[in-house]
Amino acid sequence: MAKNYVKNSLVIKAMKPKKEVVSFLLNYSKALSVVKVDNRNYEIISN
Amino acid sequence: MIANIEISDALLVQNYVAGNEEALSTLIKRHESRIYGFIYSKISDRDISNDIFQDTFIKVIKTLKSNSYNEEGKFLPWVMRISHNLIIDHYRKTKKMPLFRETEDFSIFSVMTDDSISIENKLISDQIELDLKKLIEELPIDQKEVLVMRMYQDMSFKEISEITGVSINTSLGRMRYALLNLRKVIDKHQIVLTN
Repeated sequence: MAKNYVKNSLVIKAMKPKKEVVSFLLNYSKALSVVKVDNRNYEIISN
Repeated sequence: MIANIEISDALLVQNYVAGNEEALSTLIKRHESRIYGFIYSKISDRDISNDIFQDTFIKVIKTLKSNSYNEEGKFLPWVMRISHNLIIDHYRKTKKMPLFRETEDFSIFSVMTDDSISIENKLISDQIELDLKKLIEELPIDQKEVLVMRMYQDMSFKEISEITGVSINTSLGRMRYALLNLRKVIDKHQIVLTN
């Protein structure tokens, strides 16, 4: 089309993070355990 | 899905801390748009925004898993604050926010400009948008439908064709006729649509 009169600002976009990012976070959460020993937190990532 | 909407953030956080991983998924899905949108509004770069979104939730996960979270009922503001701090960290690292101090010899307004459009231009612009919307309302329904979905809702022709139940080519055709008809009306009535 030769010219758009509609400005981009009018476009309603749902801004969302990448699916890969969300998937990584969910997997990271499943793999992570935090163990508290003597007031110190130890992070354990299980494979 | 309905059940998820009814569960409060505080309860989801509680469930997650108790070991329900599904609760995190619900929390992320519920707030991802607002949090990501907030980050993107400050960063204007999709990749960096994704990185900051990821770092934000890594902090959230670590805090919740270590039982250090104590702001029940205020989950979203808390996450927003984390992302806000990470945005500041990002700018500190990239040094894109130089610090200027006002002195007798230097005024901050000598380097700051206002790029926003003037009130007059804004009024003209609003009027144009309004005129255009009125013109669009005059289009045949099938053409109007495609044009609105494409231009105002930013949908692809594939998505439009799926929703309207016609082929992509038909959608493209309707869009073409919608634009042609709009131009005809604009030319016929000599409407000025420029600022």
